[in-house]
Amino acid sequence: MQPTDAFRFASRAAAAYPVRTGLMMLAMAIGVAAVVVLTALGEGARRYVVSEFSSIGSNLILVFPGRNETGGIAPGMLLGQTARDLTLDDALSLLRIGEVQRLAPIAVGVAETSHGSLSREVSVVGTTADFIDVRKIDVAQGQFLNKEDPRTASSVCVLGAILRDELFGSEPALGRWVRIGDRRFRVVGVMAASGQGLGFNTDEIVFVPVAAAQAMFNTNKLFRILVEAKGREAIAPAKTKIEAAMKARHEGKLDVTVITQDAVLSTFDRILKALTLAVAGIAAISLAVAGILVMNVMLVAITQRTTEIGLLKALGATNGHVRILFFTEAALLSLAGALLGLGLGQAGSALLRQVYPALPAYAPTWASMAGVLIALLTGILFSILPARRAARMDPVQALSKR
Amino acid sequence: MIELTGVSRIFHLGDSEVHALREIDLRIAPGEYLSVMGPSGSGKSTLLNILGLLDRPSTGHYSLSGRNVSNLSSDEQAQVRRERIGFVFQVFHLVPRLTAAENIALPMVLAGIEPTERTARVKKALADYDLGQRAEHRPEQLSGGQRQRVAIARATIMRPVVILADEPTGNLDRASGQEAMRLLEELNAGGVTLIVVTHDPVIGERAHRRLRMDDGRLVADTRHRATD
Repeated sequence: MQPTDAFRFASRAAAAYPVRTGLMMLAMAIGVAAVVVLTALGEGARRYVVSEFSSIGSNLILVFPGRNETGGIAPGMLLGQTARDLTLDDALSLLRIGEVQRLAPIAVGVAETSHGSLSREVSVVGTTADFIDVRKIDVAQGQFLNKEDPRTASSVCVLGAILRDELFGSEPALGRWVRIGDRRFRVVGVMAASGQGLGFNTDEIVFVPVAAAQAMFNTNKLFRILVEAKGREAIAPAKTKIEAAMKARHEGKLDVTVITQDAVLSTFDRILKALTLAVAGIAAISLAVAGILVMNVMLVAITQRTTEIGLLKALGATNGHVRILFFTEAALLSLAGALLGLGLGQAGSALLRQVYPALPAYAPTWASMAGVLIALLTGILFSILPARRAARMDPVQALSKR
Repeated sequence: MIELTGVSRIFHLGDSEVHALREIDLRIAPGEYLSVMGPSGSGKSTLLNILGLLDRPSTGHYSLSGRNVSNLSSDEQAQVRRERIGFVFQVFHLVPRLTAAENIALPMVLAGIEPTERTARVKKALADYDLGQRAEHRPEQLSGGQRQRVAIARATIMRPVVILADEPTGNLDRASGQEAMRLLEELNAGGVTLIVVTHDPVIGERAHRRLRMDDGRLVADTRHRATD
């Protein structure tokens, strides 16, 4: 028997029972579509996070106070000592490192901010003029904080876009005075609306010089230091040098955590990739279920077509011929189902992108291919048993069945 | 050409043994026209199944054209069925989703014959059996007589040396039955060995050689050279 003939015979047989064929294809299609849509979702989330992280700024190194690695109990802990604080002087000392392009120390706190009768609690971020260059964000009106000695606590502030609207409504804000905590600040700029961003969003915060924030919250601590390296290659040496510098300044103890943006990014990347794989795996289980359905349907088909099998044998079909015919039929149904599912899945992903434009929900190629492949594999695997049963049928009994 | 020597067929039903065939010895020359008659359960169908290699004898030998075929593997037996034996059934056994032409071509498809060759042979068969207008009809759109003609065309398309017909007129009206028998007898006149199993004495008595079976044994074997 020629392959094209087997193909034609099998496809005619599949077409002869549209309901059965349709249901089986649907089961396969749902499985494949689930794999495609869920991986699209996972991959979309991953890309979203990666792009959000990249938009924070490039070549970033973050310096946190404290060490998040535990190495047992340090002697200082027993005496009630905690890690040394990160100070503005620590931050400024890092500027002497050759690989550092610029940096922005950050001190944060919450204070009541008011203008006239309007007031609300807001996050106050104390930083320096370089902040907007490090974070790659823009000012909509006026300017950002002055380029001056970071130790100077000038009474100027920059409002987030939403905060500006809440405090001033339709009135102009530039040049006006607001009260933050117990001090008065002149508004020199308004941030551009940042939209939905990851982590903190600049729309509802107020920026003041770092020294002013420290004075307001009565502390010399920094929340963290954002350091921008001079280039991609400079990130690693800069990190080492920052650690060395901090160690030297903190009496030989490395009590700060220095992480690079790449490290954070790759951690998120790994987590979300694992998540995508996990959901793909769960979806693949539905394919196994579809495979069992294929087996069931083929077994029923064999019972329905017993006399046909007897006839084929009487006409000179070998067991191999019968096996190939039923096998081809199951494989065809699986393939058709898988392709239908691929189409459904792509349509589903497109719909997802329509509904959530921020989410780049494109199914990765490997997932689509794997979905189709697994569908084919299960379909073929689960049709082995029915095909063998058909082939082993006794022609005399098969023919006498009415 | 066909030689059965001491062929028995025993079925096991639970604990009991059913002797469907007992020690059958039979020699059939090429081109003979036989009928096999007898009551139900006499072993007619079992004999036909063994002759058609659909069933194996429990004991004894079957040789077809000088070749011992009772010990062949199932694939080899399939090949013998494909190339040397044509079946005609009482219930036609046409594949319902295939057209008349496709049903006739089925044995050639299984034999792996080229499509161009198949088309030519099917076309000739359709013309020979007066089915030219029915080539693209499916079995359900054909009359009983037409269906049996399709079945006969299918049985002969591989040019077998023997045709085994099991009650070929059983599901046909009188005229269609006569027509089917005429076609089968024409094939026999062309040199094909024809073996017809039937209940119907009118059909059975058309054969030149008549076998009668009872309880798994051949009880009569008569030759009637003169045809009417």
